[in-house]
Amino acid sequence: MNQDYDLHLEEAKGKIEESVDLEALKKVELELLGKQSVTTQAKRSLGGLESEERRELGLMLNETRSKLEEMLKTRKMQLESEVRGAQLENERLDLTEFDLGHRLGHRHVVTQTWERLEDLFIGMGYTVSEGPEIEDEWHNFGALNFPLGHPARDMYDTLYVEYGEPMSTLLRTHTSPVQIRVMEEEEPPIYSIMPGRVFRSDTADATHMPVFHQIEALVVDKGITFGDLAGTIEAFTSAYFGKDFESRLRPSYFPFTEPSAEFDIRHPGGKWLELGGCGMVHPEVLKAGGLDPEEWQGFAFGFGLDRLALMRHEIDDLRELFRNDYRFLEQF
Amino acid sequence: MKVLLSLLKEFAPIDGEPDSISEQLSELGLTVEEMVRTGEHLEGVVVAKVLDLRPHPDADRIQIVEVDSGDGKPLQICCGAFNMSPGDFVPLATVGTVMPNGMEISRRKLRGEWSNGMLCSSAEINLGEDHDGILILGSESEQGTPLADSLGIESDVLYDLEVNPNRPDAMSLAGVARDLAAYQKAPFKIPVPKAPEKGKNVSEILKAEIISPDLCGRFMARVIDGISIQDSPQWLKNRITALGMRPVNNVVDVSNYVMLELGQPSHTFDLDCVKDSEFKVRWASDGEEITTLDGVVRNLTEQDGVVTDGLGSPIGIAGVMGGASTEISESTSTVALEMAWWNPSAIAKTSRRLGLRSEASARFERGTDPEIIETAMQRFCELLGPEAFLSPGVIDEKGELPAREKIKVRVSRVNSILGTELDQKEILEILDPIGFKAESVDQDIDVKPPSFRPDTSTEIDIIEEIARLYGYERIVKTVPKSKTFGSLTAKQSDRRLIRTTMMGLGLDEAMPVPFLAPGELENAGLESDGIKVANPLVAEESIMRSSLRPGLLKTLAYNESHRLTGLRLFELGHVYRQPDKPQSLPDEREQLVSVLAGVEAGEIVKIWSALADALAFDHYELVVDSPPGFHATRTSRIEIEGRVVGCLGEIDPSVLSLFEVGERVACLEVDIDDLLSIPHGHRSYAPFSRYPSSDIDLAFEVDESVSSNEVKKCLQEQAGSLLVDIHLFDIFRGEPVEEGRRSLAFKLRLQASDRTLTDVEVAKVHGECIESVEKKFSAKLRS
Repeated sequence: MNQDYDLHLEEAKGKIEESVDLEALKKVELELLGKQSVTTQAKRSLGGLESEERRELGLMLNETRSKLEEMLKTRKMQLESEVRGAQLENERLDLTEFDLGHRLGHRHVVTQTWERLEDLFIGMGYTVSEGPEIEDEWHNFGALNFPLGHPARDMYDTLYVEYGEPMSTLLRTHTSPVQIRVMEEEEPPIYSIMPGRVFRSDTADATHMPVFHQIEALVVDKGITFGDLAGTIEAFTSAYFGKDFESRLRPSYFPFTEPSAEFDIRHPGGKWLELGGCGMVHPEVLKAGGLDPEEWQGFAFGFGLDRLALMRHEIDDLRELFRNDYRFLEQF
Repeated sequence: MKVLLSLLKEFAPIDGEPDSISEQLSELGLTVEEMVRTGEHLEGVVVAKVLDLRPHPDADRIQIVEVDSGDGKPLQICCGAFNMSPGDFVPLATVGTVMPNGMEISRRKLRGEWSNGMLCSSAEINLGEDHDGILILGSESEQGTPLADSLGIESDVLYDLEVNPNRPDAMSLAGVARDLAAYQKAPFKIPVPKAPEKGKNVSEILKAEIISPDLCGRFMARVIDGISIQDSPQWLKNRITALGMRPVNNVVDVSNYVMLELGQPSHTFDLDCVKDSEFKVRWASDGEEITTLDGVVRNLTEQDGVVTDGLGSPIGIAGVMGGASTEISESTSTVALEMAWWNPSAIAKTSRRLGLRSEASARFERGTDPEIIETAMQRFCELLGPEAFLSPGVIDEKGELPAREKIKVRVSRVNSILGTELDQKEILEILDPIGFKAESVDQDIDVKPPSFRPDTSTEIDIIEEIARLYGYERIVKTVPKSKTFGSLTAKQSDRRLIRTTMMGLGLDEAMPVPFLAPGELENAGLESDGIKVANPLVAEESIMRSSLRPGLLKTLAYNESHRLTGLRLFELGHVYRQPDKPQSLPDEREQLVSVLAGVEAGEIVKIWSALADALAFDHYELVVDSPPGFHATRTSRIEIEGRVVGCLGEIDPSVLSLFEVGERVACLEVDIDDLLSIPHGHRSYAPFSRYPSSDIDLAFEVDESVSSNEVKKCLQEQAGSLLVDIHLFDIFRGEPVEEGRRSLAFKLRLQASDRTLTDVEVAKVHGECIESVEKKFSAKLRS
């Protein structure tokens, strides 16, 4: 008896292994475990046997069936895995075909520099203020202590526009008029920066453009000193350029600040690089902004923003910033 | 302003290495733009005499010069300059000389001809700025002499200083020396000139009258005799040249040198030509004429000052240029020397109007020192040499000079502004060496500003001087703690969000200049009333943009011409327009324009919807429109809450052809000020249903003239509150759909918040939607 079932198992094993796909295996399963199968038929005949014999044969039948089931299951998993493998192979992709340099757009380098500076000053507790690019003569010059006919107006090659009285309206030559607008609109204490676009009647070359950008800082509070100005510039310098950079102030002249200075920066051991102008807000300017210079003191400093962009990216021609050649724009 | 270290030392015992003096000058606010060691490169340069000149057989731009360099033998040199003649004395850099630019002179062949050295221009040996011709030396030179010996040049240091407009005093050697001496705590003194006086008193020879005292604050004149017009001595020529001017003759050179030395310009008249021997000073009258020294007839106005003769005829434009009629010449025997203090703004206006800006007008414009004139006149005579002498006495007429009041300076204010702890004594010690006479009065200080510092009239001016001489670098650096919260405004944050969104959509930010050429606004289909620049540099930059569109179209055209196509760009910037109603400034607003080259309008709608999503504008409408400059049948305006905030679509093909853009261009234009003024950016939580939803797909054939949006709206209305989502998922044209029609397929998702919808409910909506669309748009449901 045992041998019969061993033989049956042997035979079944061959059939199972020969099943080439799941469909064939299904047929073999029906043949081995279905109603017509050897083991099912044998089970039916159990009823006619003595209890001892029935128990013995029953055990053997169950054992045989579970062996068959095990073999079928193993083969099924094997076949399923083959199918999945074939399917995956069928779906094979060359991912490099898709790497076509899909890219984000890029912010203009001037914007990048602008936002970087804004973030730095926001971190120092400053707000960001704005004003119009077409300004009146008063905000651009008069309120900044440049009386009409003042020779210092010559320092700025001003572009005027045809609007209102002749020479009354101009393309702002610096961001400093925003200082006046901030003082007019806000109560001190003022800690604010004023980035913006400015204009000069300059022929374009590698270092000049009729349009460029500046950023200005204005602080008006009680007891603000020249030492505060120097310290703030130093703090900005090390924050923006790097910890080991240092700054210095040299006496200079601007009608809207006094004492006035130019400020230079350098990497230790390097050459001094002139960055911008600064000074204590002139009492006349505070008055023009509606503030009492005996009560409030302040400082202001400003510098060119484009040049910082040029420096950061080693760009050697200012004109490139405004030419908008795609080969330039896409680089940054 | 150029200064020579050796000349500064005539006023004070200035000490130190050239580099550290350079630093000191910068710390004083006299920034050194350039420092040149002069005279050091003259080693190896000798005087040579030109013997013969002949053309180079094989080159047009060089000639062959034979010179005698001292040994009597002709030496052949190839030279690129043609300004010398046989007999001239010229500088020769002999073989082996190292030139200031580092080049070593060697014997070499130039196009087949030997050159045994180099003849030098003044610029090549740092003796001047003339690059064009070879320096021709005086006829008293002798060949073979080292050039330095021949010219009496010793090694020196030249500083080119940047002088700010508030420092007229530093436009003189004496003024620069005064600052440096104060820095170094060295004594400073202007030497007293020695000028002989003899003959009749000046009052018997010459008269002067100031008719317009607001033009002229002080008018002084003296008479100098014993002059013969000739070349200046070499030492004076050297100084004049080194300081950046050209030697002319002794009188002109002395006039220039006194100006460079003491800051006081002067004018000389041939006394015999001054009618009635009298000067009158007044404003010119409109239409008055004068022929100036350069032979040009100048028309004057009431804003120009003139010096006239006794008969009232102009013989000089005050502070700007003398007249031809009284010009000194070789026949001049007696010179009337005039020095004056002119109203700075009068000189500024006249020199600018006539285009006659000079070293002299630059000084008058900033304000000269009325107290230096007398010394300057004596110095003038002294420099003319021992033969020259002055008539005794001085003509000295006074007009209106700016008041020089005492300035009260509070010590507490000084320290409060500077962040220092200076006391009265320290402040007095700082101010005295730079000419500010100060004295303590109670807790404070009274300061008398010097006549050579017209820029100082208020307390803060004096505080600046204290800071400058104390040393900016000695002031302790402190950082004030901001009392405000650092942050961006809502608008500034939105601007960043817009840029970030554009970046995410693959658009690059462009930044064209905001100027346009005449006609470009019109070419873009825009109004021609752009704000004009009154004084443009070039016509191409004479109109301010009223839209960002033309600039970006030009950018696309530029790139296309460089074979850069398919660009996706945006710009966020200001535009300037004539305001609707009168206001003090133009209507300046901020605009966003995006352009996509080489794609159709549909692409730009994606840009807009993404932007609207980023800014949390959940409800907007695209309404078919045809704004000027846009494609007439592919454009919509954008409305939010009934307000038009911009438009999108394609650029009109005829505009593209005017801008020479070959690709199609899809464009979005948004008025950022309008857009951001509409509430946005906030989204409240909207609860959603937990019950199952049902989807309905509906495809309709409709005429091309029916917009998908209309169909969508109709479906929304019909589906009512059960509709939670609807979108167009397919558009189909072609067989079997009729020509002129298309199929629009929508997916509707229905859901109730309080129950699972029954099949009956869904079927009802389904039926109503079909009926309604079919009826309203003559549509046909596709199955």
